[in-house]
Amino acid sequence: MSSSFKHTLLVAFSICFVASILVSTAAVVLKPVQEYNKKLDLLKNILIVGDIYKDGADINKIYKEKISPEIIDLKTGNIVSKDKYDKIVNLNDFDILKAANSNTWGERIPADKDIAKIKRMPKVMIVYRVMGKEGVEQYILPIYGKGLWSTMFAFISLDKDLHTIKGISFYDQGETPGLGGEVENPRWKKIWVGKQAYDLKGNLKIRVIKRKVDRNSPNAKYEVDGLSGATLTTRGVNNLVRFWLGDDGYGAFIKKLHGEVNENL
Amino acid sequence: MKTYKEIILDPIFNDNPIALQILGICSALAVTSKMETAVVMALSVTLVTGFSNFFVSLIRKLIPSSIRILVEMTIIASLVIIADQLIKAYAYNISKELSVYVGLIITNCIVMGRAEAYALKNPPVASFLDGIGNGFGYAFILIVVGFIRELFGSGKLFGISILPLVNDGGWYTSNGLFLMPPSAFFLIGLIIWMIRTFKPEQVEED
Repeated sequence: MSSSFKHTLLVAFSICFVASILVSTAAVVLKPVQEYNKKLDLLKNILIVGDIYKDGADINKIYKEKISPEIIDLKTGNIVSKDKYDKIVNLNDFDILKAANSNTWGERIPADKDIAKIKRMPKVMIVYRVMGKEGVEQYILPIYGKGLWSTMFAFISLDKDLHTIKGISFYDQGETPGLGGEVENPRWKKIWVGKQAYDLKGNLKIRVIKRKVDRNSPNAKYEVDGLSGATLTTRGVNNLVRFWLGDDGYGAFIKKLHGEVNENL
Repeated sequence: MKTYKEIILDPIFNDNPIALQILGICSALAVTSKMETAVVMALSVTLVTGFSNFFVSLIRKLIPSSIRILVEMTIIASLVIIADQLIKAYAYNISKELSVYVGLIITNCIVMGRAEAYALKNPPVASFLDGIGNGFGYAFILIVVGFIRELFGSGKLFGISILPLVNDGGWYTSNGLFLMPPSAFFLIGLIIWMIRTFKPEQVEED
C-alpha cells in the first residue's frame, strides 16, 4: 500500500511540475505580443471615439498623425512638464491604475466624493488632443468607474467648444453580456454624440437616465437613454461620467481651457 | 477495433458529442452568434480535446485511479490556459468576445468525457484522433449554428454583409432572436431531429 501511496504522490507532483512549467512558459513568452495587442486596441479605441478610425487602416500611423497626447495635472489643469515623467507617468505607456495606486501619482478619494466608486485616482491624467488643420478639434479624455460587476474603462470625446460630446467608447468592461455589456453597442454609443455635457454657464448637466429620453423635454440635450435591463450598469455609467467631467475630475482642466479660449476671442 | 478514419469521422454524424451525447451545449449557445467566434472556439476545443486525450493516454498506465480525475483536470486546464494565452496573443479582438468561454473549455464535458471514456483505455495515437474527431463533431454543430445565426441575425458571415440590412439602406430586416442564446437551442434541436431522421438508430427508446 505504501508504494502505491508513494506512486500517487510522485505522479501528482510530476504532473503539476510539468504543467506549471508549460503554463508559465506560455504566459511569459506570449506576454510581449499580448501587451502590444492591448496597446494597439487602446489606440484603436482612441481613434474610434475621435471618429477618425477606418477599418483596416494603420492604427499607429493615424495616431501619430492626428493625435497629440499630453499629461495634465487634474488639480490645477496645468500640463505636466516632461522632466517630471517617469516609468509610470509618460506619454507612451501611461497606466491609469498604476498611477492611481502609486504614492507619488495617486491619492485616495474621500468616500463622500467617490461617486464613481474607484477609491483611488491618479493626480495626473493623459489626455489626447485630436489635431485638425486649425489646431485642436477634440479632447479625448479617459474615464473609468464601477458598473455592476466590473470597473468600466472608457474614453469620452469633447468638442473644441468643450461642452459638446463627440463620442464615448468603452474599451474594457466585464458587465453582463447582452445587458450591461451593451455599453459597447454602437447604436447606444451613437446616442451620446451631440449631447451637451455642460450648460452655457459651465454647470455639469449630462445625465444617463433610467428610461428613454423625452425628446420634447428642455433637458433632452443633456440626457442619455439608460440601458434597458441594466439599471446598475446605467447608474455606474452616469456616475463615472459625472465624476470625471465634474470638479473632482477634469473640471479644472476644462475651466482652464475655457479661459484660454475666451482670451483668444 | 475501429480504423483511424472511423475514429475521426464517426463523431461527426454517427456519434456527435452535441447531437447524440448532448455534451458541451452551454458553450454552443454562448459563442455561436457569429461565425468568427464559433470557428475560433471550435478550433480551440478540437485542439484541446485532441492533445488532452493524447497526454492522458500517454500516461494512462501510470495514473493512479484514485487521482485519475485530478490528473486529467490538470492536463486539460494547462492546455486550455495555453490556448487562451495563444488566442490573446494572436487574435486579441476575438479573445475579447470569447472572454470567459475559452477558460470554460476546462469544464466542457466533451474534453473530460473523452479523456474518461476513451483516452484511459486506448493508445495515444487513437486517443489523439478520437479527440480531434470529437472536436470536429463539436465544430460541425457550432459552425452550422453560427452560420445560421449570423446570417439571419445580422445579415453577415464573418462580419461581411451578405443580406444588406434595412438599417444600412438594404432590404433585409434582421431577426434579433437569432442573436440571442435561446435561438441556438432551437437550432440544435432541429439539427438533432434532422440527424435522427436520417439515422433512426440514434433515437432513444422510451
